[in-house]
Amino acid sequence: MDYKLQVQDLNVFYGAMHALKSISLNIESKRVTALIGPSGCGKSTFLRALNRMNDIIEGVVTTGTILYDGKNVYNGYDEIELRRRVGMVFQKPNPFPMTVYDNVAYGPRIHGVKRRREIDEIVERSLRAAALWDEIKDRLNKPALGISGGQQQRLCIARVLAVEPDVVLMDEPTSALDPISTARIEDLIYEMKNRYTIVIVTHNMQQAGRISDHTAFFLDGVVEETGSTQQIFFKPTNPRTEAYISGKFG
Amino acid sequence: MAVPRIHFSESLKALNQEILKMGTLVEEAIGKSISCLIDQDIELAKKIVDDDEAINQKEIDIEDRCTILIATEQPVASDLRHIITALKIVTQLERMGDHAVHIAKAAIRLSEEVYMKPLIDIPKMSEIVIKMIHDVLTAFINSDADLAIETAKMDASLDKLHHDVMTEIWGYLKADSRYVKQSTSFLFISRFLERLGDHVTNISEWIVYSNTGRHVELNRIGYYSEESDAEGNDSHS
Ligand SMILES: Nc1ncnc2c1ncn2[C@@H]1O[C@H](COP(=O)(O)OP(=O)(O)O)[C@@H](O)[C@H]1O
Ligand SMILES: [Mg+2]
Repeated sequence: MDYKLQVQDLNVFYGAMHALKSISLNIESKRVTALIGPSGCGKSTFLRALNRMNDIIEGVVTTGTILYDGKNVYNGYDEIELRRRVGMVFQKPNPFPMTVYDNVAYGPRIHGVKRRREIDEIVERSLRAAALWDEIKDRLNKPALGISGGQQQRLCIARVLAVEPDVVLMDEPTSALDPISTARIEDLIYEMKNRYTIVIVTHNMQQAGRISDHTAFFLDGVVEETGSTQQIFFKPTNPRTEAYISGKFG
Repeated sequence: MAVPRIHFSESLKALNQEILKMGTLVEEAIGKSISCLIDQDIELAKKIVDDDEAINQKEIDIEDRCTILIATEQPVASDLRHIITALKIVTQLERMGDHAVHIAKAAIRLSEEVYMKPLIDIPKMSEIVIKMIHDVLTAFINSDADLAIETAKMDASLDKLHHDVMTEIWGYLKADSRYVKQSTSFLFISRFLERLGDHVTNISEWIVYSNTGRHVELNRIGYYSEESDAEGNDSHS
């Protein structure tokens, strides 16, 4: 199997708090991997470990290896380059307080793209890829904070796509959205997986079932069970997984 | 561990109770159909035919219950498999009810006849069938795949008795052509009882599926000798 990310014996500590305990998990290329588990079990910490966002937090210690395309990201890897390639979308849409256009253009500009024509192209391509172009093309110069929540979230996805990542991490990207906006994002994720490797944290079991190929169940900083999503939802092997996905705890 | 989704688990319990009720109706219908055959009791036979409507209605009610649970509770894993199994079981039970009706109708046709011999194997077969139904329902309610497999094994003795009845009746047919009508009726009745065992076996297979997620063939010749391979690692998980 073709793995985009190989996590081996990963430990993350917040000071004395041992948040991730010897996690080993492989993330397959161009597939959607869902991370599920009760609040506080370490899903977000795991996601942030993948692009070294935890390094920004005071007092975090990380051990173990994460191979991205076979190279250890915790061993001399350029963090800025890593975060470009491994982009992240958060639970609450967080567009910058600037125009729709500038939100998408922000990343490419930082990475040195200067020519207006080129930036125009990137903005259009990214908004199309995020299934937002048709709705927003006449409002590119309007403030991003004025568009709907669902549109803001797709804008945030467009912003990530603008810098041409190949992994997109999503931390509960639809939990603040209404069902229609959620369905749009799910459709988008489904299309995106032809080109990107996606890791998504979700508390919505049906969503995990609908959109993911693989599922990993986290509990208390440990991966309790991982497998194909079909297997996990049809016949999990671990009774704790069964209880969790059946809504009997968590 | 405290178990949330109390409403859902209550609904599953209620579903089990409904299946138990339906199964009990079927079990009674079969028992009575054989009684009225033995006693040549037309009134009871007619009642069995009429009462089948209640069994058909139970099937529909249970199917609706399952549909609503799937739509509103989005069950997964063992809960989902249990509900799918419930749907499959009621289909089998409904057909089993039809066989009781067939036996009752045969009893009506034979009510004026002087039987060519006392009924021995047919009542034996019905006892086995009733025991099988009873056990398979217990297996379903208790999610007991082992009991389901044990129950299916009883089917072999039904097959044997059916074979014996056929051989015996062929003997009668050759000896005396006056008994053609009776003989064919008894052949059919024996065949219905043998089929009832197959339906119970199908139910057993669904119970194994519910427990393990695997489709098994419990009535295939040679299954029992392969048993240790076939179930070894999963039926207790
Ligand atoms: N910045 C932080 N400082 C200290 N502890 C934290 C921090 N972030 C998360 N934690 C702790 O780490 C554990 C895992 O948290 P998190 O990864 O956010 O879980 P999840 O995303 O599964 O809800 C929790 O016990 C949480 O309280
Ligand atoms: Mg989180």
